[in-house]
Amino acid sequence: MNWEVVIGLEIHTQLSTKSKLFSGAAVGFGAEPNTQTTLVDLGMPGALPVFNKEALRMAVMFGHAINAEIGMTSVFARKNYFYPDLPKGYQTSQMDHPIVGKGYLDVVLDDGTTSRIGITRAHLEEDAGKSLHEDFQGMTGIDLNRSSTPLLEIVSEPDIRSAKEAVAYVKMIHSIVTYLGICDGNMAEGSMRCDINLSLRPKGQKEYGTRTEIKNVNSFRFIEKAIYTEIERQADILEDGGRIIQETRLYDPEKNETRSMRSKEDANDYRYFPCPDLLPVVLTQEYVDDIKTSLPELPSQKAARFQSEYALSEYDASVLSSSRAMAEFFENANDVVKDAKLTTNWVMGELSKLLNQEQLDIENSPVNAQAFGELLVRIKDDTINGKTAKDVFQAMWNGEGSADEIIEAKGLKQVTDTGAIEAMIQTILDANAAQVEQYRAADDDKQKKMIGFFVGQVMKASQGKANPGLVNPILARMLKG
Amino acid sequence: MSIDKQDVQKIAHLARLALTEADADQYQHSLSSVLSLVEQMQSVNTDGVEPLSNPLEMTQRLREDVVTEENRRDAFLANAPQAEAGLFLVPKVID
Repeated sequence: MNWEVVIGLEIHTQLSTKSKLFSGAAVGFGAEPNTQTTLVDLGMPGALPVFNKEALRMAVMFGHAINAEIGMTSVFARKNYFYPDLPKGYQTSQMDHPIVGKGYLDVVLDDGTTSRIGITRAHLEEDAGKSLHEDFQGMTGIDLNRSSTPLLEIVSEPDIRSAKEAVAYVKMIHSIVTYLGICDGNMAEGSMRCDINLSLRPKGQKEYGTRTEIKNVNSFRFIEKAIYTEIERQADILEDGGRIIQETRLYDPEKNETRSMRSKEDANDYRYFPCPDLLPVVLTQEYVDDIKTSLPELPSQKAARFQSEYALSEYDASVLSSSRAMAEFFENANDVVKDAKLTTNWVMGELSKLLNQEQLDIENSPVNAQAFGELLVRIKDDTINGKTAKDVFQAMWNGEGSADEIIEAKGLKQVTDTGAIEAMIQTILDANAAQVEQYRAADDDKQKKMIGFFVGQVMKASQGKANPGLVNPILARMLKG
Repeated sequence: MSIDKQDVQKIAHLARLALTEADADQYQHSLSSVLSLVEQMQSVNTDGVEPLSNPLEMTQRLREDVVTEENRRDAFLANAPQAEAGLFLVPKVID
């Protein structure tokens, strides 16, 4: 059977506010347990929530970035369930009137095609605390630092049709929220988590199949792998004539499998109702418009500008604009070099290669944009050639100094003295008289192939320092005899 | 409109309330009469009326994004029946 996969994603992004969604406690990863809590976060009777202005602003920014309708009146609702990491007995969330309504994103895939993914809504809600199940003599330890941390839950339409498309979509959301500066995007620390709703249907069928939900997947790679394994699991069941049970599952990266979470009876009976402790949030058009005009340049806009301003290809522009840090590095380096083509080649080539090798983000590059630009200037002004520049870059990477210091210390400056080059070439021609004779006897096409031998000899004799731009014409002239 | 005893037990379970048989009888009766009242209210024509999410005709006030609260962990943990290593301890939950 030929199956079509149908995927919808719920992405929880942690908003990078200083304080919590409904209290004045600090937000932060890795603090001592329960040191960032207040009476509100602990759900003490009589403690009242007050809504964080900045969380609202961030949510509206995101809404603009996905071309969405902004909820001019949004309402907080209580989602009721019992779990010890949620002492109030309900999560304050939004149901019927979310802050961000329908929007969409155009996602560019690796093969250059674009698909439009609908976004149903994005709503504000508070995070719960953490349960620690080890080491407490049969008890569970509760840390409520994370409780009431602001989350924006971004819910997509079931528009996604492959694992690759899902990953491209999540990467795009990741890039938007980090460009906007509303989320640090640190997936390992849980700042972005993804729930995957997935079902299969025979190709051509209109109705959706029964779906499962895979909870809390927290890396791009795991999202892709979890989708592949779940597709395989569902296809096996369906092809054996079985039925899919609608349930919540967990992805185990070590075993590369999804397994059923023991879900309690009535687990989904959340009995939502408007939160009586919070009044409706009403926005003015002026407020919403002001946020729109102050929005920073978004990844897709930056990519378009890179194409027009620097004459980059669509592919190069999309790679360089994929993260804000990468785009800034490129532009800062190019401000020094003033040669977009050269800068692009080096950022996407040597720099990316070394970053990948050492698994570093560009923010942590040991060579900063200014120093990187200064190196490229030395290629541009013919002080060194491209090959030597790679060695200089490696030395800069290892902390041996600036480009100029390394070129000076290692004596790597190109030989641009025509007389010196001519002398060098003459020595080589004398030492290879037979090859010179063959060359002179050959026709044009053959000569073009044979000249490489002589260039190689000259570069070797000069230890790579002869300027190839000078060597080639002089060599051609002298070979003519 | 009336609800049966199973509904009553389900509602009690969702709210984590333990009901005796006698309690359940009583709640079945009183919840049913509340629902009858709701049923009566539903006969009012509400076409074009926005659902009310709060009876107060006011809107939410906002708070500046500043940390105003300091660490009071010791005071909070002192209220807990059991605590260890800065954590609240609760009966083991496996989910």
